[in-house]
Amino acid sequence: MLKILKYSFYDLMRSRWSYVYFLFYLLLGVVLLFLNNDLSKAVITLMNVIIILVPLIGTIFGVMYYYNSREFTELLLAQPVKRSSIFLGQYFGVATSLSMSLVIGLGVPFIFYGIFNSSAIWDFSLLLVTGAFLTFIFTALAFVIALSNENRIKGFGYAILLWLFMAVIYDGIFLMSLLYFEDYPLDKFSLLATMLNPVDLSRVLILLKLDISALLGYTGAVFQKFFGTNFGLLLSSAMLIVWVLVPTFFIWRIAKRKDF
Amino acid sequence: MANFTSNLKKTLYIFTFFLLVFGTTSAWAKTITVCSTCAVKTIKEGVAQASDGDTVLVKKGIYKEVNIIIDKSIILLGENLPTIDGEDRGEIIKIVSDNVTVDGFKIINVGTSYTADYAAVRVIKKDGYLIQNLELEKLFFGIYLEKSNNGKVLNNKIKGDAVNEYNSGNGIQLWYCKGVEVRGNNVQKVRDGIYLEFSDNIIIRQNISRNNLRYGLHFMFSNHNVYDYNIFENNGAGVAVMFSKFVDMNHNVFKKNWGTAAFGLLLKEINDAKINDNVFQENTVGINIEGSNRIEYSNNDFISNGWAIKVRGACYTNAFKNNNFLYNSFDISYNGGLNDNVFNSNYWSNYAGYDLDKNGIGDVPYRPVKLFSYIVNRTPETIILLRSLFIDIIDFSEKVSPVFTPDDLLDENPKMKTINHDRS
Repeated sequence: MLKILKYSFYDLMRSRWSYVYFLFYLLLGVVLLFLNNDLSKAVITLMNVIIILVPLIGTIFGVMYYYNSREFTELLLAQPVKRSSIFLGQYFGVATSLSMSLVIGLGVPFIFYGIFNSSAIWDFSLLLVTGAFLTFIFTALAFVIALSNENRIKGFGYAILLWLFMAVIYDGIFLMSLLYFEDYPLDKFSLLATMLNPVDLSRVLILLKLDISALLGYTGAVFQKFFGTNFGLLLSSAMLIVWVLVPTFFIWRIAKRKDF
Repeated sequence: MANFTSNLKKTLYIFTFFLLVFGTTSAWAKTITVCSTCAVKTIKEGVAQASDGDTVLVKKGIYKEVNIIIDKSIILLGENLPTIDGEDRGEIIKIVSDNVTVDGFKIINVGTSYTADYAAVRVIKKDGYLIQNLELEKLFFGIYLEKSNNGKVLNNKIKGDAVNEYNSGNGIQLWYCKGVEVRGNNVQKVRDGIYLEFSDNIIIRQNISRNNLRYGLHFMFSNHNVYDYNIFENNGAGVAVMFSKFVDMNHNVFKKNWGTAAFGLLLKEINDAKINDNVFQENTVGINIEGSNRIEYSNNDFISNGWAIKVRGACYTNAFKNNNFLYNSFDISYNGGLNDNVFNSNYWSNYAGYDLDKNGIGDVPYRPVKLFSYIVNRTPETIILLRSLFIDIIDFSEKVSPVFTPDDLLDENPKMKTINHDRS
């Protein structure tokens, strides 16, 4: 598996897209920091970028990579290599290279700006870690979609739909249900609904750092416990790991049974 | 500079000290010295022997006394901070004469009671007192002034250990007092740091009030007061100002008042006040306004609050000018669709407009009230959707064509750059 991971990784490192992705983040970081000159504002903008753009790029790139390397995959399948190592290797290769572009692309301008001497270092590292997690989650979901759909157009369609659902539609339904059931105690429900969407989950994880004073304004024991203590941070991080593991398991299962 | 001022202050204190000691002794009054090896061994005895204008000088040591009643115009002076230990038996110093000075004591173990408000120092219906340089610890009430006018409470350190509201007292309490100056005190861990009721023409200046159970400063039915250059930090519910007129609140810092019912500043039924040059930082709600009219808010900084300003009902003719609103989760939250308040020339970090004519003022007005803040008011659990893309979309559509938010609630001249306030 490691060999295939290495191959996928180097293949992507050489590809144009990785550089484009890397340069995009580099540019974003530079523009945010040096034209804006305000770290707090930059971190907020960055949060919006990370929770919206990172999943989108992860999904599209994952699907694209799978379909493009299909011939090579078929070649590999003819060799005495375990199936799971082929697909998991490819997945980890893509996800790692994407995360690296993100972390290095954003990290470099912030390091030059002097993030190590700033109090925002924790907020910023949390942002990067969440971004990396989101990349892993959405690339895995993209692989699951691509593996289950032979038809490229359909695969792309589902992938875009998945992103749209997670990033926008889910919150709409969430908000509507909160408003509709407002007479009932909703704090447990709303935390549960947050856990079930990786985009919301990472958003809340970042909110814990950015907007804690507003979040503590709500009266309710469950929220108090979640936001007021480290419990929220631990639970959200644990859920993010679960969100990586579950789709990865599906990749493994589908790859094992799939007919080529 | 600070060092210089403190040195200057020290010199002044020493000077006044000598002036008091030698001036009084040489001229017409005598000094009675109290210490464990002197002829006079207790403070009570010393006070009993003194007559008007005398000084009772207490040397370093521990004095286990309660109910020291000062019924003459004397100066009770502690040398090297002698300790008066009340052993939880009740009130410690009670002033029942005009022109009394109490200076330089450490007073500990005031008795706690559910029927009487025991205080470390109490002044009853007398004028012209000066209470300074005390250190109070393990107290119930700290300094309690009742119906006593024209006095000064300066540079005291009050450190309580309050846990519950029902069996703890206030640091400095003023009840029916006029013309009192409360300056340079440091109050911590009591119920209300400074509490005023029915007290007019009070100056509260340069105090630090933090970690108190309920309010850092609590004001009721007290008119024509000034409070400035104070720091209020991490109090249970911040600062509450209620039912008062003509209050000036300037150059204060309200910081880190977090919690479900915590405010930096709570205004209830306040009229004709001025709130200028304050800093509100990291509070759940910066200012909570209810039933308050004709208030001028200018040159304030609102930084990283949950809500910078929460306007409840019945607030008319308030003016918000030249304030900085920086990175608050919500800038303004509003109830209802009616607006009679003016927002003008503020800087909003959330402003996304442009300035084509380069005059430093944005060309498009800014709408500080978001639709989402209405939703959160209605269903508080929705706060969990803060900063979600969907919320941004509905906020944007509301901004384009306001339906729920008052459409005349806008800042016509939003500043493009942070306003520099001189805070030296």
